[in-house]
Amino acid sequence: MSPESASIEALKEEMTAIYPKKVAKKRNDQIMINEVGEEDAVPEIKANTRTAPGIITQRGCCYAGCKGVVLGPTRDIVNLVHGPIGCSFYAWLTRRNQTRPPSEESENFMNYMFSTDLQDDEIIFGGEKKLAEAIREVYDIFQPKAIGVFSTCPVGLIGDDVHAVSRQMSEELGINIFGFSCEGYKGVSQSAGHHIANNQLFKHVIGNGQEVPEGEFKINLLGEYNIGGDAFVLEDIFERCGITLLSTFSGNSSIAQFESSHHADLNLVMCHRSINYIAEMIEEKYGTPWFKVNFIGAEGTAKSLRKIAEYFDDDGLRERVETVIAEEMAKVEAAQKVYRPKLEGKTAMLFVGGSRAHHYQDLFSEIGMETISAGYEFAHRDDYEGRKVLPNIKMDADSRNIEELTVSKDPEGYREDRAEYKKAKEDEGFEFSDYKGMMPEMKDGTLVIDDISEHETELLLKRLKPDIFCAGIKEKYGVQKFGIPCKQLHSYDYGGPYAGFAGAINFYEDIDRMVNASVWKHLKAPWAG
Amino acid sequence: MSTAALEPKTEKTFRKVAIYGKGGIGKSTTTQNTVAALAEMGRKVMVVGCDPKADSTRLLLGGLAQKTVLDSLREEGEDLELEDIMKEGFRNTLCTESGGPEPGVGCAGRGIITSINMLEQLGAYEEEQDLDYAFYDVLGDVVCGGFAMPIREGKAQEIYIVVSGEMMAMYAANNICKGIVKFAEAGGVRLGGLICNSRNVDREADLINELARKLGTQMIHFVPRNNDVQRAEIKRQTVIDWNPECEQADEYRALAKAIDENEMFVVPTPLEIEELESLLIEFGMFN
Repeated sequence: MSPESASIEALKEEMTAIYPKKVAKKRNDQIMINEVGEEDAVPEIKANTRTAPGIITQRGCCYAGCKGVVLGPTRDIVNLVHGPIGCSFYAWLTRRNQTRPPSEESENFMNYMFSTDLQDDEIIFGGEKKLAEAIREVYDIFQPKAIGVFSTCPVGLIGDDVHAVSRQMSEELGINIFGFSCEGYKGVSQSAGHHIANNQLFKHVIGNGQEVPEGEFKINLLGEYNIGGDAFVLEDIFERCGITLLSTFSGNSSIAQFESSHHADLNLVMCHRSINYIAEMIEEKYGTPWFKVNFIGAEGTAKSLRKIAEYFDDDGLRERVETVIAEEMAKVEAAQKVYRPKLEGKTAMLFVGGSRAHHYQDLFSEIGMETISAGYEFAHRDDYEGRKVLPNIKMDADSRNIEELTVSKDPEGYREDRAEYKKAKEDEGFEFSDYKGMMPEMKDGTLVIDDISEHETELLLKRLKPDIFCAGIKEKYGVQKFGIPCKQLHSYDYGGPYAGFAGAINFYEDIDRMVNASVWKHLKAPWAG
Repeated sequence: MSTAALEPKTEKTFRKVAIYGKGGIGKSTTTQNTVAALAEMGRKVMVVGCDPKADSTRLLLGGLAQKTVLDSLREEGEDLELEDIMKEGFRNTLCTESGGPEPGVGCAGRGIITSINMLEQLGAYEEEQDLDYAFYDVLGDVVCGGFAMPIREGKAQEIYIVVSGEMMAMYAANNICKGIVKFAEAGGVRLGGLICNSRNVDREADLINELARKLGTQMIHFVPRNNDVQRAEIKRQTVIDWNPECEQADEYRALAKAIDENEMFVVPTPLEIEELESLLIEFGMFN
């Protein structure tokens, strides 16, 4: 054992020493010293399990995952929250999802917050009537194409049937209304909410669009939420390459795009954790293959674009992709020349999301910064170790509690040709339904921590002193009290976009400004000894 | 208690009593008949119905004339007064009903919490009410936090469980005792005894006496089965109101007196299921 790995081992011990025996044992399985073996074998990490009570976790709730993450960025579905007002207010636009309606007259409900504002009275006597009235009121004022109804904790406790009310109101008003049983307490984290959102979108929306959209090289981009305008950057790239983007789930999206998304030739998965269910279900029902992409980081973007071109196997497309890459990389490299010398050798930590902790490592490495510790808030083992471990993941009762849809081939819509095309490509060695996970791409001896606690965070900061820490709003100010800048990767603070080539340049600049700011040197009060 | 009228009322003389028991066992009937007997003895009693059906004061009021706390709260909003939700019934008993949602919707337990809090806010328990007793008639089992509201700290201090010699009634009584233990640790609630509302089961009194002994309490009274109770109920009356001379009226007087003079208040010792079943076998239910 090298002195370095010995000190990491000691740090891990220090982290768990404070916990009661049972908790320590559990955390011990969730804190891994990375070691990449043959065929990307990595240590087994415990993930997607309940947070021990008493631990200050980063995690959010099921409702946040469903309403906030997956459905929140869609502009023309009214997101009606059935519950007390706080659940709505504090989930309103906090992720900085942007949208760009096609015209001034186009619907955009994202600036509004819709809530049934449940009172004591409805908790006692039931809230279904108030929900029906709220739906009617929404319809009378806005005439939306669709309304999604989101259940909060108290609604689950009193047993209001949001699905039945949605069905009845859908018949009455003649628009698509669907409910989500995404009560906050469900599951172990927001991950449950992503799954529930995927299920309901698949059941009630995807496939409703009969008209086949025009265009060449039709794709959907899944798991891109247009935080700080990321999706705009990617839309621009696709357009320049001549790739037709049918829909994004769900950054800068509309319901009509979701409805016709099953006509795509290919699905690209960005955030594997939050959206892989839809990718899988579309493939089962319509035969559309999917693969994992990463548009965070210039290298990753170039690689992903080349893979798309390779999939479609078209010379014109290949040429356009290369032209775009060449143009953009020239700008990226110029920026790297500026920022790399200022950031080379500095260290970063990433504790965020179910994909971001992985994706942003690429961006950091492009400016010479090493990620010395990382972990997800709500990911599952496959996001850490790769999809190869899927058959070995034991389903616990918490996961079983979330509905798993049974999907079969659509008798009319299933495209045998796509499935055959995929098969032929696979025979050539092309990889589909792939995600290698975060750990195989991290260095040996780095600390990988699932569902990191406040206490463990503080020890990481004290002992390993990173130059920047990336997390969310709950962690931000605690981290900064240690004199270490904290970049929010849920909302991008006030920045972004960070996706694609232009986003990468933005990111280099923002990180330089944060890491090299002199303010951190003045953190100690003059009177403090 | 006989000196209560002479001495200024202190906190001690105001007794808050909760009645629990299996659904359909006769809690409301027993409570109202007993309250009628207490009122006849000159006690000032308030009855708080804690059942969404709002039928806990029907016999005292001569019908379902009561507007519930929760309905009034919905309609009147903040302008609710005590008079709006409290009615005088048989011999100046004060009657109030929590009310609650229709079956299958909302949360009845939350309703009881809101309603009892509201009664407190409105001063239903204040000294000027000059109460000797408040009776909480609670729906069925202690199924959730709301139905335990009446026995939380500062609320009912003594509990009587209505039971019969039928197995499920005894199961329920035992289960309620488990709830009492929990709240006895946190607050001051105690079990005052079992009221046997007879179903004419063989050796019923022996059985309930033995159950009471095992629970560490007493069978405070054995109320025999008598169709006069139903006859009075049809007339929307308690037995004492309907026919003060009948035998059953004396049974409720005896029960009221026993409660009035009761000094045995315990933290119960609930039985294991096996123990409860062997009790039934011992008393010949399965022979």
